[in-house]
Amino acid sequence: MTEVVATNQTILVVGGGISGMTAALEAAECGKDVILIEKNPSLGGRVAQLYKYFPKMCYPTCGMEINLRRIKANRRLRVITLAEVAGVTGEAGNYTVNLTIAPRYVNENCTACGACGQAVETAFADEYNYGLKQRKGAYLPYAMAYPQRYVLDPRIVGTPEAEKAKAACQYHAIDLNMMAEKVQLTVGAIIWATGWQPFDANKIQPYAYDRNPNVITSVEFERMMEPFGPTGGKILRPSDQKEAKNIAFIQCAGSRDRNYLKHCSRMCCTATLKQTTYVREKYGDAGKSSVYYIDIRAIDRFEDLYQKVKKDPNVTFIKSKVASVTLEKGTGNPVLNGVNTEGYHRYSNPHDLVVLAIGMQPSVDFAKLGIPLTLNESGFIEADPKNGGMFAAGTAADAMDVNRAVQHATASALRAIQVINKVAGVVEA
Amino acid sequence: MSNAYRNNFLREVTANVEEGEWVKMCMQCGVCSGSCPLGPHWEHPPQEIFMMIRAGKREEVLKSNSMWYCTSCYNCIARCPRGLPITHIMHGLAHYAKRLGMVPQNQQTAKFAQKFWDNLTKKGRVNELTLGLSLYFMNGFGEGVKTSLKMQGVGLGMLKTQRMDPLEILGGHGCKDVAGLQAALKKARQIEEAKAVKV
Repeated sequence: MTEVVATNQTILVVGGGISGMTAALEAAECGKDVILIEKNPSLGGRVAQLYKYFPKMCYPTCGMEINLRRIKANRRLRVITLAEVAGVTGEAGNYTVNLTIAPRYVNENCTACGACGQAVETAFADEYNYGLKQRKGAYLPYAMAYPQRYVLDPRIVGTPEAEKAKAACQYHAIDLNMMAEKVQLTVGAIIWATGWQPFDANKIQPYAYDRNPNVITSVEFERMMEPFGPTGGKILRPSDQKEAKNIAFIQCAGSRDRNYLKHCSRMCCTATLKQTTYVREKYGDAGKSSVYYIDIRAIDRFEDLYQKVKKDPNVTFIKSKVASVTLEKGTGNPVLNGVNTEGYHRYSNPHDLVVLAIGMQPSVDFAKLGIPLTLNESGFIEADPKNGGMFAAGTAADAMDVNRAVQHATASALRAIQVINKVAGVVEA
Repeated sequence: MSNAYRNNFLREVTANVEEGEWVKMCMQCGVCSGSCPLGPHWEHPPQEIFMMIRAGKREEVLKSNSMWYCTSCYNCIARCPRGLPITHIMHGLAHYAKRLGMVPQNQQTAKFAQKFWDNLTKKGRVNELTLGLSLYFMNGFGEGVKTSLKMQGVGLGMLKTQRMDPLEILGGHGCKDVAGLQAALKKARQIEEAKAVKV
């Protein structure tokens, strides 16, 4: 049984991505008791799946490590993985939260030696790599996963595969009798850092994501750059595993479109500018990037990145929302069709690979879960006094980049601390 | 405000063209122009027409043959990220140009549209036989004979299966109250003309 001690002076943070970790740490380092829950087996979220982040082009693993050290060092912060919120009742200063905790089938004895992963043969699509490769039924979510413990996929539990894993473990870390738990918590404030998910590219029918393997999304492109990732750090075309050197980026893939997502996802333009620097990093002058855009929304200091990329002779900007992506017979090349609105020139341009700058949408449907939060028309959480002691952090509140998500999460921690201080009588209610 | 910034033509389109109020919503992404199956054949694709309206190019827009090329395939409406009813705006512009007498000479779609209208309003029913023949002979006697001979087999087949009545050539059947229909159309035209805003 997971022991969780919480009171109405505890802050619950839902979601262990960059926003949730930030909000939890800021509150805990202010001396508040914090419980951080994450539905996946490891913290890190979508930021851990990036190759680099803009504008400084540093590796997220670095920032992640700093945060993990802070988490390990803080006694006021408790992390529960594989946990999801089933329901919330109550009001600011006194919420009752029902959690469902899924079994990991691996206990604290795990040293992450990897023997179970070698013993098991069954493989599944690797969520961390957006299904671009397979992982074993006993696995470490990714190299920097926290907690650094293996997980058994529930799909192998009850099969001989699970027994093989158990037999291979010399530390008695595998416990196949673990059951799902239901836990009820009393907390004073809740921070929703539930994050985002990429828009379903299959819905954008004219762009042929479902039909042409050489049309991929921006998040998949990030995984390809990872040296230990599915392609070993090479930009390979899924159809024939050839290196792609002539790459098209389609902006607003899902965003700013009444047929898909009405809102602007804000980070895709800058993310694409960043990804054109990946192409240069890989191939130097042999790599070509073409950016098809409606307008480039690189706000404030990202303008510098835009100007830098614009100066690169190997990056072409085409002012056009692509009308359709067709297939070139024989080569497997995706062909982009449309009209360049600067001069109204019609084009049919073949490329090796197409990267859709996919839009951001909330990862959780709060209305469906019956959690009393005010949502905007895109499903993001509005800042509304009616939300009481519940606050959004990061991309649960709106589409934004990592930098802004961290600022937003810090602000939400401050809001939650104010609620707790009223409960504790530190300030007048 | 300086007169240079007054765009009278956009206001004229907004007021007088069916669905014209949508023109200002276009964000010039170009997906309509890229999606149009007849795109390569037009002088100005839809998003260029919208920009020309906003630039006040009245003559060039209304005398253009572009909007007459629209075949109502609805590709542009399906894909427009802002939900502009582009097909309907194209027909609205064509209709407005027609009302002002600014249609380019010998515009085939406009010519046939006029023939269809005349045929329909005469008796309140489309006479398919005379409409078909007038289409064949629209561009001269020689071409008419040639097309008629080419379509002979279809015509005979339709006669045989009683899909066409040869006696319709004598004037054909009409609706119950032809005079009433024509009065209604006349009244509708009066109302429409009274509504038109002079900008």
